[in-house]
Amino acid sequence: MTKQLQARRLNGIDHNPWVEFVKLASEADVVNLGQGFPDFAPPDFAVEAFQHAVSGDFMLNQYTKAFGYPPLTKILASFFGKLLGQDMDPLKNVLVTVGAYGALFTAFQALVDEGDEVIIIEPFFDCYEPMTLMAGGRPVFVSLKLSPNQDRELDSSSNWQLDPTELASKFTSRTKALILNTPNNPLGKVFSRAELELVASLCQQHDVVCITDEVYQWLVYDGCQHVSIATLPGMWERTLTIGSAGKTFSATGWKVGWVLGPESLLKHLRTVHQNSIFHCPTQAQAAVAQSFEREQLHFGQPSSYFVQLPQAIQRCRDHMIQSLKSVGLRPVIPQGSYFLITDISEFKSKMPNLPGAADEPYDRRFVKWMIKNKGLMAIPVSIFYSVPHQKLFDHYIRFCFMKDESTLQAMDKKLQKWKDDLRP
Amino acid sequence: MFNSDISIYLLPLKFFLLSCSMFLARARLCTLGSRPKFLKTICASKILGLSTSAKMSLKFKNAKRIEGLDSNVWIEFTKLAADPSVVNLGQGLPDISPPVYVKEELSKIAAIDSLNQYTRGFGHPSLVKALSCLYEKFYQNQINPNKEILVTVGAYGSLFNAIQGLIDEGDEVIVIVPFYDCYEPMVRMAGAIPVFIPLRSKLVDGKKWSSSDWTLDPQELASKFNSKTKAIILNTPHNPLGKVYTKEELQVIADLCIKYDTLCISDEVYEWLVYTGNKHFKIATFPGMWERTITIGSAGKTFSVTGWKLGWSIGPKHLIKHLQTVQQNTVYTCATPLQEALAQALWIDIKRMDDPECYFNSLPKELEVKRNRMVHLLESVGLKPIVPDGGYFIIADVSLLDTDLSDMKNSNEPYDYKFVKWMTKNKKLSAIPVSAFCNAETKLQFEKFVRFCFIKKDSTLDAAEEIIKAWSRQKF
Repeated sequence: MTKQLQARRLNGIDHNPWVEFVKLASEADVVNLGQGFPDFAPPDFAVEAFQHAVSGDFMLNQYTKAFGYPPLTKILASFFGKLLGQDMDPLKNVLVTVGAYGALFTAFQALVDEGDEVIIIEPFFDCYEPMTLMAGGRPVFVSLKLSPNQDRELDSSSNWQLDPTELASKFTSRTKALILNTPNNPLGKVFSRAELELVASLCQQHDVVCITDEVYQWLVYDGCQHVSIATLPGMWERTLTIGSAGKTFSATGWKVGWVLGPESLLKHLRTVHQNSIFHCPTQAQAAVAQSFEREQLHFGQPSSYFVQLPQAIQRCRDHMIQSLKSVGLRPVIPQGSYFLITDISEFKSKMPNLPGAADEPYDRRFVKWMIKNKGLMAIPVSIFYSVPHQKLFDHYIRFCFMKDESTLQAMDKKLQKWKDDLRP
Repeated sequence: MFNSDISIYLLPLKFFLLSCSMFLARARLCTLGSRPKFLKTICASKILGLSTSAKMSLKFKNAKRIEGLDSNVWIEFTKLAADPSVVNLGQGLPDISPPVYVKEELSKIAAIDSLNQYTRGFGHPSLVKALSCLYEKFYQNQINPNKEILVTVGAYGSLFNAIQGLIDEGDEVIVIVPFYDCYEPMVRMAGAIPVFIPLRSKLVDGKKWSSSDWTLDPQELASKFNSKTKAIILNTPHNPLGKVYTKEELQVIADLCIKYDTLCISDEVYEWLVYTGNKHFKIATFPGMWERTITIGSAGKTFSVTGWKLGWSIGPKHLIKHLQTVQQNTVYTCATPLQEALAQALWIDIKRMDDPECYFNSLPKELEVKRNRMVHLLESVGLKPIVPDGGYFIIADVSLLDTDLSDMKNSNEPYDYKFVKWMTKNKKLSAIPVSAFCNAETKLQFEKFVRFCFIKKDSTLDAAEEIIKAWSRQKF
């Protein structure tokens, strides 16, 4: 081939940082607090639902409706219809996708054209940028910035904020979409109603679509409230709300996600869907439908998984925060999600020259050092920043606390040894 | 003047209405009447003086890549056939049970906790290992499970990854007509130009019409290749015809691919479904072809589990890596428990490839009987079937019936669309019009053909037989 073999849409998006770090984690004897998935089982009712789906009606082994297994789209429309305050039609306002990842891809492909601008708030779940690029779009970044606590208390993710003037300046006549992630990965920030109103008013003013990634919507702590921007006035008609069964039911391996939104937008996502994967696996959808049916019955009650899970995970969060503090790491207390980030500036000043490639950001070298020498794995937060900003945000690492007690105890052992090593 | 007075009067109400709608949204109403929506509409478009719906609809237009790709034959026809009183021989969906051991593996796996979380993006390790082991039997080279195999969301996903990864705007892609309907929109979505070439039939007297009678004219095929040709999409065994390309036919294609340095995307989902007297050949095994071919397979078609939506692409690493790039930017990974179950099912059959009990051997035997039955049935009512050498579809020429379709609306539709709708409505038997597998220019060539699916249980075929017998009695 004289000209380039691969399509130009792949330019600049072939590298994936996860591949390297996932490989590293599998190699050494490490406590894996890196990649975001639970290491405990989904709730019994979800496991039973999947078992039921795979051993019941054998026709569930065949194709279902392209845009979603009917009992699933029905329950999603009813469940989220209530939450979003909309009368949702399962055929018009719901699309089932292969994970929330698939939902994001479908949304970008459906709406982003060559030269369209997409506003991405940093730090961002890393796929938003390459997905924008693959659609020919131009990512426009705006960073959450820390307004640190004045006392010596740990910062909260709520201290990370957008500057309204700066955000407003990012909107141009070419802005097609803004991608919002709340609760945010990696920070754990839960956008407040006021912050969402700011985003909403700009989206409306500039006639921009809001793609909102709400996969961690149930994982909010300390009484924090998750607010869906689609519920704000004027927003339903311009918002695509993305959710994930994997994060909702602690079953990331099922790869079932969905997009909720107005027919005028969803019809374009359906076109992409029918020309990319066409159908999603039936049985996993059946399991998710049954799981939501169960949650609908228990909604708001102590027996609801959506009540119990954040309570349990908050304890994991708090355990991890205390443990990390003991070795001089400074975690940022997340309001939601299953991640927290930790400031490693002290380590950066004490050991600035860790092995790594020429201009490899410090946090990546630190993580590799930590994996090799301390048996702990985390993810460098610079992965969640645009290339020009990586050097500015190279002093944070992200830990996942969606882990079993035994994993956290294994973490404590490693941290204790680390602490011992630090003693003179 | 009156209007401006009203708007001043309404301004103080703005905040009241805003907070009302937000309250109503927050209070999870069990029944949603139109009131909250009505309030929101007032707030959004009138009082707050925001975007008019005209401006909004311009901005919310679809991206250019999907322009004109919104219609889909399946959506239309599956709706038609959804009536339970209709005998559905349309969509390619088995109504037979998958093999018992396949169902059992999935059941066992559903109890294993660790398989509920993410697995490797490019394919679950035990699955890519099983696939590599299986397919190494057919290729001269070893197949690296990590670099030369990608697991995708069905074969459909493999087609998408291959086209998105390797086909650029302005590239030409040769598509053989009739074609599985997604090839054209996928090529167009990549900004490329599909170049069509029809299979043409020679009529052979005194012999049953066979899918092997449909061939590509080598000179016509050669004329479709030029320096802009990036790839040719091959489908063998072929949907809808059932044609199984011979070694010689594949050599003609291979020679052209090598001459023009073209890629070959070979859709071989029906690779195991080949009937007596025929053999499936993999074009990737021909000299000079491994390095330029992506070969696609399907769990759904292999094990009669279309709902598992697992497929795979096999090829050289310098091509597969681009499909992997697409994967990491689209779905990232496929469902874990299904991949593990598929791996276990594959191991069971890999160990007994020569055994008649192996599903790769038993399914085509079972389907050949059904195929023969269908041929006989279709002939008995005056339809002219083309006996397929492979696959699980059979197409038939319906023109001899000379059915009166004048009461079918939409006279712009091709004949076969009208025929299928008429047949579904009046005979309670559904099929798929073959012109759905054609581009606009070639629809007329195939509009007298209709496709029936025969991977159906005996009772379904019995019901079809009843209908067809009654139909033929009506005629004579």
